[in-house]
Amino acid sequence: MSLKSSISIVSSVASVCLSLLLSSNVALAAGECAAGKTMKDGVLTIATGNPSYFPWVIDNKPADGKGFEAAVAYEVATRMGFDKDKVEWTTASFDESIQPGEKNFDFNLQQFSITEEREKVVDFSAPYYSAAMAVLVRKPTQEKGAKAELDSLKGLLWGADASTTAVPMLKKLIDPSEKPLLYNDNNDVVAAMKANQIDAALFDLPTAMYLGAVVLDDGVVLGQFPADRSENPDQFGLLMSEGSPLKKCIDEALEAMKADGKLASIEADWLQQTTGVPVIK
Amino acid sequence: MSLPMSLPMLTARQAHARRVRKRSTTIAIVSTSMVVLLIYLLVPLAPGWPAVKKSFFNAEIFIKSFPTLLEAFLLDVMIFLWCAPLIAILGLVIALCRDARSPALYPLRLFGAIYTDVLRGVPVILIVYLIGFGVPGLGLSRPWNSPYIWGSLALILTYSAYVAEIFRSGIESIHSSQRAAAASLGLSPSDTMRFVVLPQAIRRVVPANMNMFIALQKDVALLSFIGPVEILRQAGVYKSLYANFTPYVVAAVIFLIITIPATRLADHLMSKQRQERS
Repeated sequence: MSLKSSISIVSSVASVCLSLLLSSNVALAAGECAAGKTMKDGVLTIATGNPSYFPWVIDNKPADGKGFEAAVAYEVATRMGFDKDKVEWTTASFDESIQPGEKNFDFNLQQFSITEEREKVVDFSAPYYSAAMAVLVRKPTQEKGAKAELDSLKGLLWGADASTTAVPMLKKLIDPSEKPLLYNDNNDVVAAMKANQIDAALFDLPTAMYLGAVVLDDGVVLGQFPADRSENPDQFGLLMSEGSPLKKCIDEALEAMKADGKLASIEADWLQQTTGVPVIK
Repeated sequence: MSLPMSLPMLTARQAHARRVRKRSTTIAIVSTSMVVLLIYLLVPLAPGWPAVKKSFFNAEIFIKSFPTLLEAFLLDVMIFLWCAPLIAILGLVIALCRDARSPALYPLRLFGAIYTDVLRGVPVILIVYLIGFGVPGLGLSRPWNSPYIWGSLALILTYSAYVAEIFRSGIESIHSSQRAAAASLGLSPSDTMRFVVLPQAIRRVVPANMNMFIALQKDVALLSFIGPVEILRQAGVYKSLYANFTPYVVAAVIFLIITIPATRLADHLMSKQRQERS
C-alpha cells in the first residue's frame, strides 16, 4: 500500500475510535450524572397516577411506554442512562405527592403544574408541556345557552379538584357567582357532572377532550384558555422530593430533548391536534 | 353593726373541711402550672421542633385561615342541625320496628334487623358516595339532586341505625314488670309503649345518644367528599395553597370549641342520672 492510503486508513480508524470514545463518554457522562442518586441503586423509580389516563398513559399501563407522559418518562430515563429494564413504575396520589416530605419515587409525572407554593416543598424539573385549560360541560348545559365567554361561564355552577390549579384559576379568571363545589380528585368531579350536580369543570385540554368523549357520553369542550395565556399559565413539570440530587440530571436530559426536537415529536405522536376548540373571551 | 343574714356560722368540722379544700386546690394549681411550664420549656428543645412548629403551628397562617374556616364551619353546624332531629326520629321508628311483637308485624321486625345490620356494617363514607353520587346519577333534576340533600340522607340513614340500636337497648332495659303492671291496668301494647316504656327508655339512653351526636358533629365533614365546601375541604384548600398543615390544626381547634362543651354536657347528664338512680 502507498503511504497516502495507509495514512488515510489509519486516520479514518482513528477518527472512528475517537468518535466512539467521545460518544461513549457522553453516554457514560449521562449515566454518571444519575449514578448513586436514585432511591434504589441502578434503578429509576418513576411514579404516576392510579389510574393514569389517556392520553398521558394508554390503558393505565405506563410500563408499556405508550402515552405522552410514559414516553417522556422513558426518554428522560434513557438520556440519564437507564434502559427500559432499569425503570420501575409505582403509583402515588396527586395530593400525597405535593405534600412536603420523603417520597417513594425518584420522580413523579402526573400533570403537575409548576407553582410557587408547591416549589417551596417539592422540586420541579424544567417544564415539559404547557397546558391549555379547557372548560368541560355536558350537552344539555350547552343547549341551555352556555357559551365560550367569561360572562356566560360566570353563571354556571362549577366543580373542581381541590388540590389542583383549577381552583385558583376559577377564582381569578372566571370568578363564578355561585361558590364552586370541590372534590378529592378528577374522578369525583366527573361523577358530579354525570349526576348533574355541577355544570362545568376545568381540566387541561387533553384530559378534557378524553373525559368529554369517552367518560361522559355527552361531554362538550366548550372553550379553552390557551397554553400561552399570561394569567395563571399551567406548565407541567416532573415532581421530585425537595432538594433532589436528580434535578440537575433531569433538567439536562429535558434540555437535550427540547434542543434536538425529541420532546416536540413525542408531543406530536401522542397529543392529538386540538384545533377547533374556541378560545374563551 | 349586725352580721349579714346570708353568712352562716361554720362548725369546726366545716371550717376544717374548707381549709383542707383550699389547700388541695392550691397544691393542684401549683402542680398543674409546673407541668405546663415544663412542657412549655422542654418541648421546644426537641430536635425536630422548629420543623414541626413551622409545619403545624404556624401563627401567621393560623390567623390568615381562621375567619374563612370559621365561616365554613357554619355549614357543618347547619348540616348537623338539620340531620340530628331526623336521625332521632328515624332511629326511634326503627327501634320500634325491631320491637314489634305481634306476628303480623314480623316483616317490620325483619326490616329493622336488616336495616341496622347493613347500615352499621358499611363504612359511612361508602354510603355517602353511593347515595350522594349514585342516586342523583339516576337522572334527578336540580335542585333535587343536590349533594346536600343526598349526602345528608346518607348520614341520616347511617346514624339512625346506630341510634336505633341505642333506643332498642334502652327499651329492652325496662324491666318486664313495667309492661306487666301496665297490662294489669288495662293499657294496650301501643299505649304501654307510649306512656310507660318509651318515656323511661328515652331518658335512660340520653347519654349514649349524646355520644352519637358528638360523633355526628365530626362525621358531617365526610360530606366534603361529594362537593360541599365545609371546614375540612376549606382546610385542605388552604393546605394546598400555603403548603402547610396549620389550617388542619385550626379546623381541629374549631371542632374542639364545639365538641368539648358538648362532651361536658353529656358527662353532666350522665352524673345527674347516676345521682337520680342512687
